[in-house]
Amino acid sequence: MFSLKQNCWFIRKVVIWRAVASIAWSVLLLPVTSAVFVLLSRFSLFHPIQWISECTSLLTASSTIFSLVVLCGVVLITGLFNLEFYTLVPSIPCSRMALLGTVLHPRQCVHSLVYCTMGMLVMWCASVTIGGRYSTLGIPCKQSESGEVVTCLNEYHLFLLLAGAFMGYSHSFLGVVKNMYYVSFQPIQQYKYPRFKGCLPMVVKCSVIQSLYSARNFAALYFFFGKIFINLCITLQLYSSLQPLDSLTGLLDFSLLYHLSISGTFLYFTWYLTVLLFRIYVTEAYSFPVQSTFTEDAEQCLPKVLAETNTLVMKFLALQDLALLSQHSLSRRLEVFSLSQPGGHPHNWNAISRECMSLLSELTQRLLAHQDAVASNGRVKSQSASIDTRSASSSSSVVSGTEDVSETPRLSVPLRTPGSVFTSSVGGMHSALTAPFTPDVDSPFSSPAIRRLVGQQEPRSPWFGTVQSPHIMRRGPKLWSASTESQSNGSPPASPATVPSPPAANQKPSFLAQWLQNRREQVKSFLAKRVLIVYLFNKLPEASSQALFADSQAHIWALQGLSHLVAASFSEDQFGVVQTTLPSILSCLVVLLEAVDRHFKLPHASSKPVRTVCSMGDSTYKTLRFALRAALKTAIYKITTTFGEHLNAVNISTEHRKRLQQFLEFKE
Amino acid sequence: YGLLDEITNSAEEGMSLTHCNHAAFAVRRFSLWASSFHGSLFPHLTLSSDEMVAEFSQMLDWSDSALRSFAWHPHTDKFAVALLDDSIKIYKSNSSPTPTLKHRCQRSVCALQWKPLCGSALAVACQSCLLIWHVDPASLSTRPSSGCAQVLSHPGHSPITSIAWSPTGSLLVSASPVDTSMMVWDVAAESAVPLQRVGGGGVTYLSWSPDGSRLLAATPSALFRVWETRMWTCERWPCLKGSCQSACWSPDGGCLLLSMQGERVIYALTFSDLTGINNTYSSPVTAFFLMKNHLKQLFCPPFFSGSSFVLRAGDSQADNHPSVIAVFKTRSSPVFELLPCGFVMGEAGAEPRFMQFHPHFQHGALLTVCWSDGRISHVPFYFSSAGLLGGDSPQQALASNTTNPSSNKLYTEQIS
Repeated sequence: MFSLKQNCWFIRKVVIWRAVASIAWSVLLLPVTSAVFVLLSRFSLFHPIQWISECTSLLTASSTIFSLVVLCGVVLITGLFNLEFYTLVPSIPCSRMALLGTVLHPRQCVHSLVYCTMGMLVMWCASVTIGGRYSTLGIPCKQSESGEVVTCLNEYHLFLLLAGAFMGYSHSFLGVVKNMYYVSFQPIQQYKYPRFKGCLPMVVKCSVIQSLYSARNFAALYFFFGKIFINLCITLQLYSSLQPLDSLTGLLDFSLLYHLSISGTFLYFTWYLTVLLFRIYVTEAYSFPVQSTFTEDAEQCLPKVLAETNTLVMKFLALQDLALLSQHSLSRRLEVFSLSQPGGHPHNWNAISRECMSLLSELTQRLLAHQDAVASNGRVKSQSASIDTRSASSSSSVVSGTEDVSETPRLSVPLRTPGSVFTSSVGGMHSALTAPFTPDVDSPFSSPAIRRLVGQQEPRSPWFGTVQSPHIMRRGPKLWSASTESQSNGSPPASPATVPSPPAANQKPSFLAQWLQNRREQVKSFLAKRVLIVYLFNKLPEASSQALFADSQAHIWALQGLSHLVAASFSEDQFGVVQTTLPSILSCLVVLLEAVDRHFKLPHASSKPVRTVCSMGDSTYKTLRFALRAALKTAIYKITTTFGEHLNAVNISTEHRKRLQQFLEFKE
Repeated sequence: YGLLDEITNSAEEGMSLTHCNHAAFAVRRFSLWASSFHGSLFPHLTLSSDEMVAEFSQMLDWSDSALRSFAWHPHTDKFAVALLDDSIKIYKSNSSPTPTLKHRCQRSVCALQWKPLCGSALAVACQSCLLIWHVDPASLSTRPSSGCAQVLSHPGHSPITSIAWSPTGSLLVSASPVDTSMMVWDVAAESAVPLQRVGGGGVTYLSWSPDGSRLLAATPSALFRVWETRMWTCERWPCLKGSCQSACWSPDGGCLLLSMQGERVIYALTFSDLTGINNTYSSPVTAFFLMKNHLKQLFCPPFFSGSSFVLRAGDSQADNHPSVIAVFKTRSSPVFELLPCGFVMGEAGAEPRFMQFHPHFQHGALLTVCWSDGRISHVPFYFSSAGLLGGDSPQQALASNTTNPSSNKLYTEQIS
């Protein structure tokens, strides 16, 4: 399960230790939260002295110590799950079916099961701590007619245990739906303690609200299904003379509901705190050396680390470090602009700028492919007028020959990048399994075999010099691009580097393939008219847009780092190393700006998402595209205001110059 | 299910209501007592929202002023004016249409600021929220729709009396006198990070140093803080007397001038650990004026030239004396110096309410003053010789009145 087989030095030396530190802190904070929980659970307004003395004696009791040990185990497992499941690029399901697939995924099922168990454990500890009528599962009771003492089921205890399981499941479920494991970076840097202090009220508020919601839902659930559940699962018979709990009057017990919500708050708070500490520790800035005097440390230097694609967390932290050094650190900027000692080549600057630009042009290509897909899709729709519900982002294709073929948009591998390819590098083996369910899911109606028949993949050269990621394709000729779909055949390749590229480039689909295609389209158009199918497979609005920009935090840092370095080079670059790359940087930015502008003209792209009220799940990924657009414009302005009229001497094309002139006049 | 849930809930509420009636009463008594105690600690908390805005706005006599706020664009010849009816007008140097911005959330506008490194975004501090207008400079429309405005709000963070964009344009900080935390907004993502320090009872005034490395945050009590913006830690500066009223930074961010409430002294703080090495922006141009026996406003735009001066408003202790703006020269190296230079006076009866330097006037410095009679006048200063401190004498030419038709007269005269 815990596949931490990352042999990257960064995972071994930094990330693991950060995770350990966060878990250690959550364990250390556990006695404090338990003490607060004890105080609240035993609260009595009218006997304050008795209350305090009871609590002190309880806190030192052996049962409490044992509960603490159990809770420590729970926190440890939560921490390990955090380390295993966290992701820097959220997976955004594009349809309800994809969401359903994620929820029902085996890995997610294991996760839910573990959380259910942990929830029951925590609730058991809580009920023991509260004591009184909650303390044990079985209670001795007298049978009314015979008078003999038998063990009866204590329904209060069971109620709390089931509530724990329910809360565990809902935590796990909401973790998927709200991307609980998505770790976002803050716009400002803070030390860990002030940040923790600042976030603590939010965590308390979230856990209280979540606990109240869960308590309400659980009470309703128990009201309807409690009796059935007990009769089904428990062989112990209910001889309790008490009011049965699944009645309206039984549930409307104020103290029961109070204890339920208090324990639920404790439960959620323990988990949320672990998540919060993990987020704080992982997103802490890490300072990579720009260059090193020893060759064995060369792989830990910024230019090398930036080029790394397998360890996503390292790449993100390196880009963040680049953005920070470009703004705050003069000495490190000078290192970037320096020349290599023998030879006098600006290796540092070349590597850094090349890596940033390749990131940005990768985004450009992704956007262009998406726009092509939408555009071609619209055209097909207008011709054949078939109800093609799964439109939006999809393959850039019009299948040749046949007139009425409305190719159901297929999300080729390139578009799946954010969700699956990157998580595969972080989370190990899981991506191979989740890939079919992640953002851009292939049509479930078509089998891989058919798809292999239909078309051949057309190999395309990566667009920008050095970048070898094959998941970005050059915008190809429309006629033949349907064939890219064969890439997405059910079981994606384990590593992006091993995607096979068949030599046959422009091969016409055979007759058989066309016939199969037509059949498939008929089945699809038949299914597309059924309401449930439409509901499940309908694209969620703006989800494809969100998925496109899911990893845009990296691009934002690249933009910031690049623009600030270029602006600083105006006065700090002694050897003129930046001037040689300035034209390509400018044209790269302008091309990206044009692509982004065009993207925001698409439907749903510029609509703002609904703001979530209070939830631990981070929803910043929903607005990343706006942040990227703002960062891009600011980056161009930063360069144009610094260079001013000198830009006229830079060798760039006329359209780009026109666009930059707009920036010089502040007309954007 | 939903219906039954609702029934269950309302029943629960009914139960708990009877239980908690007494408790609620006690809580209310306690909160009343606590707020009165709090109010005696921080008197500004007893003010109403409008009074608070009037108290802490940089515009003097904000409540009856025809102009509520004013802001030059940091890069172009364009400025925004907030009027008494809560609308905002944008004037440009050429005769293009003047857009009027109106939004239903736009009430009691207290501060305006254009986003640096951006042509269109204007942040507006309102009573209940923060508005970010995106006014397309190329569009010819005179009434941009309210869809062009982003509404940023945070519970407990109103009224907002001061806003400050970071010089790189990436962050926006907002402050409210009732909220002890100031908000650092990532505007495009609409997310905020609260930065809380309890002492002082709120934050009234923010000013970001031009190099972006520091941020001044003044509180309503005799305390102000200087944040460094790399790791966002702060240093406390307790004042002897009143609270910090206004402040300005030297263009290199190395020196901070402050005026305190009830004092007629300008304080200067020098920060030595500068991150940058360039001294191209060597000396500041600073303006402030003295009102009702205390300095009210300081201004200091980035400006590169060897010459420099400060403006300062005359005191109005004698009733028949009009308020004037006093001009000072400053020099930041080798030590910080202020030298008196001259005065700017308004029409009879007109008092200066607000002033701001044009951020990048080509030929010298351009001071824009909002007067109490609702006029805006531009006062240009041309430097005859740059470089030497003693050599320059600001020549005051006629104000250029390209934008506001009401300000076609100049009321400046040199006194000293």
